[in-house]
Amino acid sequence: MVFGKSPLTRLSRIEKPLAWSQLSHQRVRLLVALSGISFANILIFMQLGFRAAMFSGTTNVPASLDGDVFLVNEKSQFLGNETFDKPQLYRAAAVPGVATARPFYYNTASWVNPDNRKTTNVTVIAMNPAQPVMSIPAINTQLAQVEQTDRMLFDTKSLPSLGAIATEFAAGQDLPIEVQGRKMRVNGTYALGSNIFKRGHVVISDVNYLRLFGAAQATQLHAGVLKLDPGADAQAVIAELERTLPETITALSHDELIALEESYWAKEPAGIIFDFGTIMGFVVGVVIVYQVLYSDVNDHLSEYATLKAIGYSDGQLLLVVFQEAAILAVLGFMPGLLSALGLYSLLSNLTGVAVLMRLGVGLQVFSMTLVMGVLSAAIAVRKLRSADPADVF
Amino acid sequence: MEPVVNSQNLHHAFGKGSLSKPVLLDINLAIYPGEIVILTGPSGSGKTTLLSLMGGLRSVQQGSLKILGQELLGASKKQLVELRSQIGYIFQAHNLLDCLTAQENVRMALRLQKSLSYDDRTAQATAMLEAVGLGHRVNYRPDNLSGGQKQRVAIARALVTQPQLILADEPTAALDSQSGREVVELMQRLARDRGCTILLVTHDNRILDIAHRIIHMEDGRLMRTENPAVAVI
Repeated sequence: MVFGKSPLTRLSRIEKPLAWSQLSHQRVRLLVALSGISFANILIFMQLGFRAAMFSGTTNVPASLDGDVFLVNEKSQFLGNETFDKPQLYRAAAVPGVATARPFYYNTASWVNPDNRKTTNVTVIAMNPAQPVMSIPAINTQLAQVEQTDRMLFDTKSLPSLGAIATEFAAGQDLPIEVQGRKMRVNGTYALGSNIFKRGHVVISDVNYLRLFGAAQATQLHAGVLKLDPGADAQAVIAELERTLPETITALSHDELIALEESYWAKEPAGIIFDFGTIMGFVVGVVIVYQVLYSDVNDHLSEYATLKAIGYSDGQLLLVVFQEAAILAVLGFMPGLLSALGLYSLLSNLTGVAVLMRLGVGLQVFSMTLVMGVLSAAIAVRKLRSADPADVF
Repeated sequence: MEPVVNSQNLHHAFGKGSLSKPVLLDINLAIYPGEIVILTGPSGSGKTTLLSLMGGLRSVQQGSLKILGQELLGASKKQLVELRSQIGYIFQAHNLLDCLTAQENVRMALRLQKSLSYDDRTAQATAMLEAVGLGHRVNYRPDNLSGGQKQRVAIARALVTQPQLILADEPTAALDSQSGREVVELMQRLARDRGCTILLVTHDNRILDIAHRIIHMEDGRLMRTENPAVAVI
């Protein structure tokens, strides 16, 4: 019986898979295969990493909004794209289940870099200081600072092209900055983060927003931030809002708002380029694994035919090739993952943008690697089907 | 006594339509348990084709061929796979898997028998290698074995499942005369001990004496049957 036998002894009493024997017998070929798969993995990881670095900031603002339901123009593809009339917000406030309904402005203003007098642009977040709509404490505690005329809060993580505003503010310098033709001053800082599409954000009051963009613009909201009564059913409230408000306004949950933003930026050419790069990496992997499996099958064709002749079915032999593919995928993924981790931290250091290995991305690449192996095996075994034992004689 | 191999009016042709070329013509042959039969004849005479038909490696086209009681005319793919596992094959090339040791190569044939435990397989494979005189080479890979030793491993692989029928295609062709002699004598002894039937295709005149019957083939027909005493002279 099994008593007294160590687990290791029992493990060694299982037949060693033929796939592993074949692979481990030819060490050079195994090494080539594993480096090939790792290389393909690194390609894929880097594309996804670049992509994440580029797009990670795109949902910062919608994700930092503090609300349960959001009203946006039905045509709006991303935050700030389209507006709706402010009075509709008051109608929304009257819908049962809605506790508060607050205005949110999100616009682009021209910005003159005070250091080199070059004009660029900045993204303006505006709200009623008495009705905070963001879940960033540094903003909410400093809202009193923006009530004064032409004052703003500046994002310390803005790109340097806006000027060394944060350092100058920390050093106590109070330089006027030309925003949309008005001289404004920084009255406090907070950290939000920029991305490739937004150089930086400033937070101002709704009154200052009116000064910058005029009265007509101030009646046009980019989003309405709604909080619900405790216990209110969000889906029911959304349905009621859709019924009450004109068709041009749509009500979204927080997740839907973030998803809308993500899907818009993912369609940017840069996103497509990285998707393309990912597919290229995948194809490279398929070609490499296919080459290895094909030459393996080809070299052992007479042996496989012999196995067929002694009673192995086609299915059992195909399984050997698929097992080889799976072993290669699993073993090749590990060095690929480790190298990608190293390159990610290198990339983070070089760009200052945090490139993190997310579990989702890791799993995605791992399943891509498995699919890569199985696909290559499926192409390679067409050769094996032709291993006619009658030709061995 | 029921014959192990029984063919009646067996015809076989390669190619289709007007290009069809007959390779076997009206083969009638019965081989009984315990017999050692040598099939000989010039190359192209259809020996190998006949052997591969008997081994369930090709589909029978016309006529009747019964192996171990199984009719092969119209047999399904599954039935053929099943039949192959009951027959021991020995090839001209040893066709051992380079990545496996002698014992593991022999085990490959036993792996199909799910009823055997791991230990039983080890015991049977080792015993079989001892029987072919390779008890001291159990853990050697084919690269480290001589030609004769490799062919003996292949014989061990063919015999370890205790098949009632062994089909061998020029098993001595790649061997020097002494190794060749040793190999066929080994087959003869094992067949006698285990009561199995052997059909051996060969060109090799040096080994004709081990057979009970020698069948000559020419142009796809069985020409004449001799007894070895005549053939040796």
